[in-house]
Amino acid sequence: MNLWYALVELLPFEWVTLDFMKNALLAVCLMAPLFGLLSTNIVTGKMSFFSDALGHSAFTGIAIGVLCGLSAPIWCAVILAVVFALLFSVVRQKTHQSADTVIGVFSSTAVALGIFISTMGGGSFTKFNTFLIGDILSVTPREIGLLALVLLVVVFLWLLFSNRILLTTVHPQLASSRGILIRRYEMIFTAVIAVVVTLAISWVGLLVINSLLVLPAAASRNVAKNMRQYVLFSVLAALVCGVGGLILSYWIGCSTGATVSLLLALWFAVSFLLRKRSE
Amino acid sequence: MNHAHHHGGCADSCCLQVTDLSVRLGGERILEGVNLHMHCGQMVALIGPNGAGKSTLIKAILGQHPYEGSITFHRSNGPEQKLRIGYVPQSPSFDRADPITVLDLFVSCISSRPAFLPVPKALRQTVLDCLKHVRGENLIDKRIGALSGGELQRVLLALALEPMPNLLILDEPLSGVDVEGMALLMDMLHEIRNRFDLSILMITHDFSMLSKYVDRVALLDRSILAIGTPSEVLHSDAFREAFHLGGEKA
Repeated sequence: MNLWYALVELLPFEWVTLDFMKNALLAVCLMAPLFGLLSTNIVTGKMSFFSDALGHSAFTGIAIGVLCGLSAPIWCAVILAVVFALLFSVVRQKTHQSADTVIGVFSSTAVALGIFISTMGGGSFTKFNTFLIGDILSVTPREIGLLALVLLVVVFLWLLFSNRILLTTVHPQLASSRGILIRRYEMIFTAVIAVVVTLAISWVGLLVINSLLVLPAAASRNVAKNMRQYVLFSVLAALVCGVGGLILSYWIGCSTGATVSLLLALWFAVSFLLRKRSE
Repeated sequence: MNHAHHHGGCADSCCLQVTDLSVRLGGERILEGVNLHMHCGQMVALIGPNGAGKSTLIKAILGQHPYEGSITFHRSNGPEQKLRIGYVPQSPSFDRADPITVLDLFVSCISSRPAFLPVPKALRQTVLDCLKHVRGENLIDKRIGALSGGELQRVLLALALEPMPNLLILDEPLSGVDVEGMALLMDMLHEIRNRFDLSILMITHDFSMLSKYVDRVALLDRSILAIGTPSEVLHSDAFREAFHLGGEKA
């Protein structure tokens, strides 16, 4: 951590003296590649609505954790989100209803349950506001270590399995004809998304987290010509907009998550125009 | 049923043997008592009306669908070796916006190296060699969503040939392909069959190609109604009945 602090203090900004900004910057630098990478899989797999639903289930998990009086309700949320994700995978395989409908069922149930629990006994909802808006400035060095660990695990999993996950999302029948156990990879993928979304929710905020999982890849698709560019542009966009959004939100004095999302949306608009020109 | 007239007995020349196969889906019988014997090196067309269970039969052969009965595979050079099946799925509609190229699709199928990392020259050359089988080297950097129906079929065919299978199964390879592309694809299949000595089983709705290219035709509607040379099957009563030809016009 000290090395990072020393490095950041070389930057020509006034905020480099603030510890919470240095922490937040490091957290953003760890989270952005994670979101950029997963974003391509989510968008290619047409699962943007699914990751949104996971955010909702994370909120429910936190509400349950708070109700049980846990000191770290986030772990309750992680477990619930993974259960939710796996349950969703199973239900989707067992029914002929479209994924879109199944997600809708899960998402609305999760939100209803979350609100039900958090307001039970006339409880006030305001204590959950941090999870709705998110606060990256509250991130602690311990949590940054956790983020780094998650990033490492995901990169490791992706080095091993990303081809199989890609094939499973692009063409399940082709994948299984080549001996890929598609259910296993669907589950690994959804469980990873569940963990990442849930851990990030208290820093990014439930209301905007999905934009971070959709916009980087959505914009990248406008300009990328192959998989390498797709992932590279997506990770870069997440990183640039993440760091830019953090600094901008500090100057303006607004929510970081929302600023990052807006920057990404702006990049999407630019990439859309670039696409028009190149065609 | 005389299925052993090509080579000696069935035991040493049959590459695929489906015996008394039944498949149920949610209480409904999709296939019942299907018997299909395929000899090594043959090209067999599987025809039948919509909902006849053609794709289900293929899924069962691929091991993707539970079934009753038996499916056994043999190789000409010894039955104990496991037979390798190449599969060309029904023309999928890939998202046009996905920045996934033919190269990316190949890399994700044949290599353990993640497709989002730079592709080494040797791997790219391997993919080019695969595409050479279908005269598709020029397609390598095209996005899979931007391929024409015929091009996509050729790419999927090249993919099914890596690693080289003993039995190649194609699910409606001619749908969505124009007449010119059809002839090209059938010529290619013929050439590949002769060159690599593999057996081909294909579902098709295009009967015009049958007499020219196919050794045997199997007519399926829940069970095999007729099997034989293209002209035998196409002139059979079972064929006329299955497709409502003759008496009543469909």
